[in-house]
Amino acid sequence: MTSHRITKHPILEIPEKTEVPFTFNGQKLSGYEGEMIASALFANGIHVFGHHPKDNSPQGLFCANGQCSQCLVIADGQPVKACMTALRRSMAITSVEGLPRLPADDRIAKIKEPPIRQVDVLIIGAGPAGLAAAIELGKLGVDTLIVDDKDRLGGKLVLQTHKFFGSVKDSHAGTRGYEIAKILQQELSACDSVDIWLNTTAVAVFSDQIVGMVKNIHYYKVKPKKLLVTTGAREKMLSFPGNTLPGVYGAGAFQTLVNRDLVKSSQKVLIVGGGNVGLIAGYHAIQAGIEVVALIEAMAEVGGYRVHADKLRRLGVPIHTRHTVVGANGNDKVESVTIARLDENWNVMPGTHETFEVDTVLIAVGLAEVNEFYLKAKQWGMDVFCAGDAQEIAEASAAMFTGKIEGFKIAQALGLNVGKIPPDWNEKAIILKSKPGRTKKRKPPTKEDGVFPVFHCNQEVPCNPCTSVCPVGAVKTEGDKITGLPYMVDLDLCTGCASCVAVCPGLSVVLVDYRDDPEHPLVTLPYEIWRDQVKVGHKVPVTDIDGAVLGYFPVQKVISRRKYPGTLLVQVRLDRAVAKAAAGIWVQEKQVEPSTIYEKQLPPDEAIVCRCERVSAGEIKAAIRSGVRDMNQLKALTRAGMGACGSKTCRPMIWRIFKEEGIDLKTVTDRVDRPLFVEVPIGVFAGSEGMTDVD
Amino acid sequence: MARAQLGIKPLVIDMHPSVGQGENKHAIGGVRATHSDPGKILVCRRSLEIFSSWQQQHGDDIEWLQGGYAFPVYRKGDEKLLTALLPIQKKYGLKIDFVSPEKIRSIIPGLTPAGLRGGTFSPDDGSVSPLLAVNAFYRRALALGVKFHFNEKVGQILVEKNRVAGVVSRKATYKAPVVVDAAGPLSPQLARTIKNRLPVLPDSHEAAITEPVQPFFHCMVVDIRPAPGSKNYYFYQNRHGQVIFCVTPAPPVTGTDKRETSSFLPLACARMVQLLPRLKNLRVRRTWRGLYPMTPDGHPLVGWNRKVKGLLHVTGMCGQGLMIAAGISEVVARLVAKQNRATDKIILEEFSPYRKFETEEALK
Repeated sequence: MTSHRITKHPILEIPEKTEVPFTFNGQKLSGYEGEMIASALFANGIHVFGHHPKDNSPQGLFCANGQCSQCLVIADGQPVKACMTALRRSMAITSVEGLPRLPADDRIAKIKEPPIRQVDVLIIGAGPAGLAAAIELGKLGVDTLIVDDKDRLGGKLVLQTHKFFGSVKDSHAGTRGYEIAKILQQELSACDSVDIWLNTTAVAVFSDQIVGMVKNIHYYKVKPKKLLVTTGAREKMLSFPGNTLPGVYGAGAFQTLVNRDLVKSSQKVLIVGGGNVGLIAGYHAIQAGIEVVALIEAMAEVGGYRVHADKLRRLGVPIHTRHTVVGANGNDKVESVTIARLDENWNVMPGTHETFEVDTVLIAVGLAEVNEFYLKAKQWGMDVFCAGDAQEIAEASAAMFTGKIEGFKIAQALGLNVGKIPPDWNEKAIILKSKPGRTKKRKPPTKEDGVFPVFHCNQEVPCNPCTSVCPVGAVKTEGDKITGLPYMVDLDLCTGCASCVAVCPGLSVVLVDYRDDPEHPLVTLPYEIWRDQVKVGHKVPVTDIDGAVLGYFPVQKVISRRKYPGTLLVQVRLDRAVAKAAAGIWVQEKQVEPSTIYEKQLPPDEAIVCRCERVSAGEIKAAIRSGVRDMNQLKALTRAGMGACGSKTCRPMIWRIFKEEGIDLKTVTDRVDRPLFVEVPIGVFAGSEGMTDVD
Repeated sequence: MARAQLGIKPLVIDMHPSVGQGENKHAIGGVRATHSDPGKILVCRRSLEIFSSWQQQHGDDIEWLQGGYAFPVYRKGDEKLLTALLPIQKKYGLKIDFVSPEKIRSIIPGLTPAGLRGGTFSPDDGSVSPLLAVNAFYRRALALGVKFHFNEKVGQILVEKNRVAGVVSRKATYKAPVVVDAAGPLSPQLARTIKNRLPVLPDSHEAAITEPVQPFFHCMVVDIRPAPGSKNYYFYQNRHGQVIFCVTPAPPVTGTDKRETSSFLPLACARMVQLLPRLKNLRVRRTWRGLYPMTPDGHPLVGWNRKVKGLLHVTGMCGQGLMIAAGISEVVARLVAKQNRATDKIILEEFSPYRKFETEEALK
């Protein structure tokens, strides 16, 4: 196999897979049977999947989620999305150069009308919210159909290698995301009334209250009494020159490649955006052996959880706040990225440009609800509900909880005798959805004897696993609130079990033990990267909370608990003076130095807004300046939003341009959304027999 | 635009937020002069001239594609119907012939050969982007001094002593000696404000567009055979390589409902893959539904209102607004400017709001 595979991972097991031959543009390659074509190509170092018919610009992977059509390739003669199409033995894949040619297949197939499936509840999307709702309905024996376009349940949970925040009781906090997916899947399999359709893409909601969906290559009409939309979120994009070069994609897409498909998609990445998605992507990159050159954030502080940011800093990733991306550079794919500092008016400061050699720029500037099915169903007067990110962007822990609530509400709406929603549920949902609070300054305990934990957890976020594992119940949160900061009721009660260290999703609890040697206390640090770097006897760079190296200290012992696999407890003997400041172990010891030589700056108007139709920011601005205030007219004039994705990516960007142009947004008419939300072959609608099952 | 060219300064009031947001944008873009009646042939021949020369004259690309119209024929009766129309079509200057199955198959590669009897082909017809065309007309009209008020709905036509006096919108009252009713499916509603009844009954058709692929045919393909749930259906490949298609439902779906239904795509696609099987692998991108403001005989209503002087109806385009509008607008402008030509008479008689709606158009 080639070198672009992840062959070892600190958290994930590397499963055995069947290697199969395939070709790309005639070149003989090999991949794993059943993996997505995009991943197989990335694993072979191929990032350019074709060139756009309009301007010959290179095309590659973007959403990795079946939403856009950037990754189009021809597989065995048919145009397919590389990110959604499974690789088969001997598949002949070619790049799409310009417009694809329609195969001259003139066989007349038998056709049949699409079947109609009546169901009490249809759930679109089997991520955390959809699964939680399905379980709730399944427990009540409600006739439910849950569909998902992927080949497995769990949605984005399957990409999450980190332990979850939130509540232990309500959202499996302290357990890793992909493990939660397995738990939910098990719970669901016990529900006989729930039918699961995988590889099933909902494509439209029609006015006759029918949801059209494609399962494998067959078209179905589903008519539900109640519809629940748990379709999650999609990643927002930024406007900058080079923003569509292969190698610029979303952090979520990256997690799919790295954590689901175990493809080492990059060598060096720069991450744009300091929300949780960006911060976690950085962590996942390092776990995958990918260097994170820097994470940049336009605001003065990162927007994600402080513990995630601290975790990244401690691994040696520089976080530059008040910085923006000025351009991604490269011919056919990303070769470097230029960033610059922002002044107080959000303008790029001259002379602050820095260029880093990277092959990937991950965009993590926020998520937008995938709510088109919900809005259409609402428009058609259906009894529709939504949960998870489709309802409001928040953590997956909140999604599980809102899924459960909406499932319950649906049962009520169906007339089942389920009583009222427990009064604390809504309150909990609000807490789980809450944004992180301000960072507080906390001093470590003054005590320097015995054994006790130090909580490097200084920001109120909904999270409580540490309180649930203390064998003597001595760890509490302030005010007993799930968002309260953790503390020890009495430091003397600590037994030194280190369970709070092992369970903490933020890796922000450290145990300091003065009992053996008060001058050189034994410090237990949580560590989730390379085991071979923390061998007993090795001197490791120990950092404080912000990633400043306190010194190199010898590893005494490495403990792995069966209950918390993946989190190594690394015991290091430190000097008394720094013991309580110790928070983590540096991984990226070498920093990538930027170059300040900054060549050919493209004007920001060159940035592409509509990726499908290749419409630039300049073209949109020109139309707005000519007086266009109707997005539908803008579409008619520029084709922005006419492409395969249906404006999923460019719509928020266009709104932003209207705003930047100083237009009162109340005077702007939004575009009309129409079915389909995903393209479907004519033969599938026709019910043609013998459609080739490649998509 | 045509009126402005003759020195008249019109004000256009439209309830939609921008130009062409009524039914124009629902049109699929076919433009033909291949009709069965002289007036419509004459008007649409002029439309074709306007569309085909637009870029040369005015610079805007409206994606004109001279691909022709092809009516492949599989039934004896259809062959009879279409060949019977040829003399009158030729008399009014149309380049059209009934061609062999081989010729039709060379125009539409992959067309199902079994039972194919040939078909008509009119190479001068074609297609444009309705979206770009209407915006181009709009820009030209603006340049000629026409004023537009968008987001403004006309609620009432003002009449004083059997003469039109202007209109009232939600925002203002406008005085004008001539009011042109070009409200399409909403014309009957407008006419009711002056207690007139217009024989316009909208029905709806659904359409869809696919992803782009390399061009492999250029004409509008019209299959006039009926099937359960539908009459004819038609499709063409536009300048971008996208196939756009539409079906005429049977029985007609009357009313102004423009919400997409789940029945259209399976119905249309099933018919298309039987006619042109290779379409099966082409992916549908988007679907929509628009209105055909129908009159009893399939011809538009164009002419002065006899009860209310100064009120001019230009409506009831029966789903052919795009192809008729460009040509008819010049006739209407001449009517307002009292500069009518001899051929205008044929058109205006055929389209008169006061004609007897007895015969039905042979080629709808």
